[in-house]
Amino acid sequence: MSVLATKTATASKYVTLVVASLAALVPILVIVVASLKGHDELLTTGPFDAPANWLNVDNYVTAFTKGKMVQGFANTAILLLVSVTGTILIGTMAAYAIDRFTFRLKKTVVAAFLLATLVPGVTTQVATFQVINTLGLYNTRGAAIALFLGTDIVSIYIFIQFLGSIPRELDEAAVLDGANHVTIYRRIILPLLKPAIATVVIIKGIAIYNEFYIPFLYMKDTDLGVISTALYRFKGPFGAQWEVISAGVVIVIIPTLVIFLLLQRFIYNGFTSGATK
Amino acid sequence: MTDTSKSARPEPAAPPAPPAPAAAPVVAAPSAGPSARARRRRGTWGWAGTPYLFLLVPILLLVLFTYIPVGNMFWYSLTSWDGLDKTKDFVGIDNYVEVFTRPELFSVFVVSLYYLAGSFVQMALALYFATILSFSTRFRNLFKGILFFPYLINGVAIGLIFMYFFKAGGTLDTILTLIHADGLIQQWTGNPDVVNFSLAGASVWRYMGLNFVLFLGAIQSIPGQVYEAAELDGANRWHQFRYIIAPSIKPIIGLSFILAISGSLAVFEIPFIMTGGANGSTTFVIKTMSLAFQFSKVGLASAMAVVLLVIVLLLTWVQRKIVPDEKVNLT
Repeated sequence: MSVLATKTATASKYVTLVVASLAALVPILVIVVASLKGHDELLTTGPFDAPANWLNVDNYVTAFTKGKMVQGFANTAILLLVSVTGTILIGTMAAYAIDRFTFRLKKTVVAAFLLATLVPGVTTQVATFQVINTLGLYNTRGAAIALFLGTDIVSIYIFIQFLGSIPRELDEAAVLDGANHVTIYRRIILPLLKPAIATVVIIKGIAIYNEFYIPFLYMKDTDLGVISTALYRFKGPFGAQWEVISAGVVIVIIPTLVIFLLLQRFIYNGFTSGATK
Repeated sequence: MTDTSKSARPEPAAPPAPPAPAAAPVVAAPSAGPSARARRRRGTWGWAGTPYLFLLVPILLLVLFTYIPVGNMFWYSLTSWDGLDKTKDFVGIDNYVEVFTRPELFSVFVVSLYYLAGSFVQMALALYFATILSFSTRFRNLFKGILFFPYLINGVAIGLIFMYFFKAGGTLDTILTLIHADGLIQQWTGNPDVVNFSLAGASVWRYMGLNFVLFLGAIQSIPGQVYEAAELDGANRWHQFRYIIAPSIKPIIGLSFILAISGSLAVFEIPFIMTGGANGSTTFVIKTMSLAFQFSKVGLASAMAVVLLVIVLLLTWVQRKIVPDEKVNLT
């Protein structure tokens, strides 16, 4: 390749990267700018005009106090804690049973889990709703928790995959030392599964933080509002106040951004293994 | 679950455990238990019911939230049930006839074609950026982070971000004015001819990062020596892509196709938040939700869900016939 051609190729590579980065960032940055403007200011200036006061936090105060954001964060935190813990317990228990035991119905059980991965969750919501209703969970946190736990087969697979790479000699040594199955599960399997648990915590945690459909459909009560539904409700009272809506959007994005910056490497690995395994 | 402890026994003369890293602290079991059953064969010692106890909750949840709903859905789809009534009247295939003959019901499947087309654009972009970022690039991690981050953002926030982006006098209109392309300004989400393109565009913005990171991970797992060898043989960048990169990411592309199809049928948040399904942007999930929960037509909504399920299963089956792959065992 001639020098000129190489230079053009390199230049076009960086041009496309910069254009793509702008496409990714600009829609978010204009929201940040809008969140710093006053109501009249927003109406009279363009999206790219700088705010008069870069330190104007009025909209953030309004979003927090009138938008039930604090309650949303609290409810989301409860769901996160319970559902992620539950997913880990259920997933590791299922993986332990499937990977470390031979039992008569093993093939049937594995097939049942595999088959379920083919059914997209959204298709069955109409009927799932009736199950939740029959269990008396409608309009409770239990509905979201049950669904977060009950429809997560990917986690079980991540655990099975990882468990397969842990040598069985460890379990056998423990058996010789007189450990029972519960002890082996608690003292050997759980600690060794830590990397897989980290993956599941990340994938599941982000999914629950971002979940809108389940809380919207199953937890209509505003006091049960999670961060997504609280933000969605901004569309009503603040319908014409884009500066307040923008502040709400920024408030919701900030925790995600912080987690991403802190845990970048784990997040990339988590999503790569979550999707391919 | 505690009674299993009896089958294990302490063995005073047991040889010291082989060097078990970190996992060593094993609690001594009750000293009562009888002997020989303790170590018959790997994994088969102890009470035969133990694995079932470990599987009790997972299987209960699986049945409760996957198999019962699927079964009930088939049953509801043959009735005219409203979701509340004690009795469900059997109506045969009437609901299915309605799904295929009422254009406004079947149109939701047409809408998903926009998102399907969008996901092909998304995969092409992801493949391009994954490829160029797999070669040495300045600020590589920064670019990678920027391109991936939108995928992590809350869906409601994304919906609102793009409402602001597409609104009259919003971000997009301002950009078009700046580059003197005012003529292109549209009612981006108000015009039925344009709305699905706008929404599918927002969807590409949201999901491109995931495809990109998956592709990049697959490309980076190719050992560097392979490229070096290829370069010695005189392969240029295009040859490297065609003969090294493309074959090694085939499985992940296969997986992305399944995700693209099921994803485009399951589109919900972006259109629901941005337009509420107005102006011909109603998707499958929005339609079934309003049928079942607003208009109390659970039977009809179930029939639509069954049709969707059949479509997804068929496409998955076709995909596996075309790309019979080892690694793609999960969507």
